Formats: sequence, C-alpha cells, structure tokens
Amino acid sequence: MTTALIQIEQLRKSFGAMHVLHGIDLEVQPGEVLVVVGPSGSGKSTLIRCINLLEEYQGGTVRVDGIRVQKGPELVKVRTDVGMVFQSFNLFAHLSALENVALGPLRVHRLDRSAATARATDVLAQVGMGEHSHKFPAQLSGGQQQRVAIARALAMQPKVLLFDEPTSALDPEMVGEVLDVMQQLVKTGVTMVIVTHEMGFARRVANRVVFMEAGRIVEQGPPEQFFGAPQEARTQAFLKAVLQH
Amino acid sequence: MSLIDTFFNWAVFVGALPALLEGLGITVLLGAVSIFAGTVSGLAMALVRLYGPAPLRLVARVYIDALRSIPLLVLLVLVYYALPFVGVRLSSFVSAALAISLVSCAYAAEIFRAGIQAVPRGQFEAAQAIGLGFASSMRYVILPQALRIVVPPLTSNCINVLKDTALASVVAMPDLLKQATQAQALAANPTPLIGAAVLYLLLLLPLVRLVSYFEARHPSR
Repeated sequence: MTTALIQIEQLRKSFGAMHVLHGIDLEVQPGEVLVVVGPSGSGKSTLIRCINLLEEYQGGTVRVDGIRVQKGPELVKVRTDVGMVFQSFNLFAHLSALENVALGPLRVHRLDRSAATARATDVLAQVGMGEHSHKFPAQLSGGQQQRVAIARALAMQPKVLLFDEPTSALDPEMVGEVLDVMQQLVKTGVTMVIVTHEMGFARRVANRVVFMEAGRIVEQGPPEQFFGAPQEARTQAFLKAVLQH
Repeated sequence: MSLIDTFFNWAVFVGALPALLEGLGITVLLGAVSIFAGTVSGLAMALVRLYGPAPLRLVARVYIDALRSIPLLVLLVLVYYALPFVGVRLSSFVSAALAISLVSCAYAAEIFRAGIQAVPRGQFEAAQAIGLGFASSMRYVILPQALRIVVPPLTSNCINVLKDTALASVVAMPDLLKQATQAQALAANPTPLIGAAVLYLLLLLPLVRLVSYFEARHPSR
C-alpha cells in the first residue's frame, strides 16, 4: 500500500453564501492519471485549484506528499511540487518562451542562469517548442502557448501536474497538439490530475475517472467501467449528453 | 517705446540670462528631486493601498484622497509658513520639494494602482503556481508589465510636477519664475518673464511630445 500523493478529506469551499464543494474525499496515488469530468459549475476547477491553494478552502484538509496545504512557509514547497496548466495559458506576457520557462528554476529553485536556461531548453524541446524559445507569447498560437505553459510547469520538476481544462480555450485544430504532449507526459509516469471535456482523451489516458456534479463526487472508476457501464443515473445522463455527437 | 523694446528687449534679456539659467537649474533640480521622491513613494503607497493590512490600506486611501484634494499652493504655504509655529523650520527648497513630493506621491500611487490592476489576474496565479512568493511575483511578473502600462500617465505626472515647481517662487525659492520676476523688477521691463516662459516651453515641450509618442506606441487597452 503506497501512501497517496494527494489526500483530500472532507474538502468544503464556498464563495460567500454559495457552496461549491460539499465535503470532497479524494486520494491520488503516485503515477496515477486522474481525469475529472462533469458539467460546468460542478466544482471541478475549484477542486484542483484548492490543491495548490489558488483557492482558499473553508473546511477539511488537503495534503500533497504529506504536507498540509495551507498558508505558511511550507506553501512554496507544495507549489513547486505541484505544476499547474491553466485554461487561458497565463504565460508571462513580457517574457520570451524561454524566459517564461526559466523563471521558476531561476527564482524559486535558485539555479544559476546557465543551469536554468539549460533546463528550460530541455523541457521546451520535450514539448516540441525548441525552435520557438525566443518568441514572446503574443507571437505564438494558442496551442503553442499552451505547450510552453506545460513546459513552464515541467521545469519545476513537479511531483504532480494539474491541468485545468487545458484545451477549452483552443481553436479546434490546436487541441490535438496539446493532447499529444499530454499523452507523452503520461508515458513518463508523472502523476496527473486533469479537468477536461475531452472524453475520448480521458478514456485513452486515465487510470481513473471522477464524475462531479454540484460540488460532490457522484461516481468514479476505471475508464472502461466509467464510460462503458456507468452506475449512477446522473452519470449516465451526463455521458449521454456529451457523447451523443 | 516700441512693443519689441518692451517685451523682447535684447539688452535686458542678455542681462537677465545668467539669473534665468541659474533659476532654470534650480527648477530642474527641484523637479528631479520631487519626481524621484514622488514616484518611488507613490509606488510604495500603491502597494500598501492594494496589498497592505486593512488599517494601512485605509490610511493609504485617506492619504491619496486628501493629497489629491488639497491645492498644492495651500500645502506649500502650510509647510513653509505654518510649520515654523510648531518649531519645524524648513528651507524653501526642502519645503517646496516636500510639498510637491507629497502631492506627486498621491497621484503616482493612483497611476501605479491602475497599472497593477490592469495586469490580468491569471498572471498572478501563474506566478504563484510556480512557487514565486509575493515579492518575487511583483518584481519579476507583475511590476514589469504594470510599468509598461503606466509609462504614458507617469510621464504626464512628471510634466505636472515640473510645472508645479513654479509655485515654489511664493516661498522665496530662487527658481526660474522667481529669478524672472526679480529681473523684471530690476530692469523695469517684462522681457525676463518672456524669457522664463520660453525656457519653460523648451524644457517641457519635448516631454509633452514624449508622452504622445508613448501613447501612440502603446495604445491604451
């Protein structure tokens, strides 16, 4: 029995009077690829944003690699262990692709400039962006920006990568290149938590699929069971709606 | 006496020129000191206003609102003529630099605040997500982007500060305007005033053009 990399217990979160997470329990094992699906507003993004405390939560606990995720001196450790890829890329607009990726190694890991640049060059090559490393975000397509954003997360050598709807803001013809990069990452064995609407991708790469609705986990299971024989009526309704076209 | 002899008297102008240039030097020095102090303290004030603990945020807000409301001339007179009654005697240069900087700080703070708030929220989140703390996020991610946004309004503020230095002549500062009025009285001729006006124009016109250039290069979003 391995210890879970991410342990979430009775997580509750509200925005003012609106409760968005009602006591979530979830564990993610090292090397696992967990895909979270569900309708808009179900709390999927909020859930993964609690894992690196981009959202503060009101109840329960979140632990990453045994460390409680809360404000304080250990938060930096958690955030360097947890890489995050955003729906809207959020590349630093004033920095080149290479500088975007090197910033964390330089200023958080405190590598010297040549070591940080070397690491950034490596991960940019890994996502197929080596030849664009001198370009600024505004000069890159959405798919290219997202691949740089993945490289920026990888450069911190995280134990787990969080993806918050990484392809939702992309033009359809660019979705494939980003999913390809993510699929390669799966092969490296890194732990991943992915919020996505790409059901085909979820089926291909997930070890486990979690279905959320209205701030609760409704059902979870391995992809063949989840997509092939969903147990809950709400899961069936959701899958019918998203898979029928 | 012809119009030319009255307003553009060459002999009077040449006689007054050394004093005018000396005054211009003091004007530029006072402007530079006030711009530097006002801008640096304005950035600090903006950060307190946005991110300080709640009581300090309130103090910053009150300060910014009050100093933008009070006429600079009134503040200057208060500093120079009222403070001595409580034992604080400042030279005319220090009084002028202090009053102008205090006001300039308030305007600069509002400019910086707008600039920082114009940086998309996702930039903060991405910085946090790679483990940068507050100070590093500001220094490497937020401020470099905010500074680009605020260059035109900040330059505009600098122009206002330079112009406002003329008010220092009321607290006996031998700045450009004061030198000109003295030379005018001495020569009984307004030519030095014309000369001072021209010098102000020569000093400020390039800066005004610079703002237009910045605005054309970075159209506001």
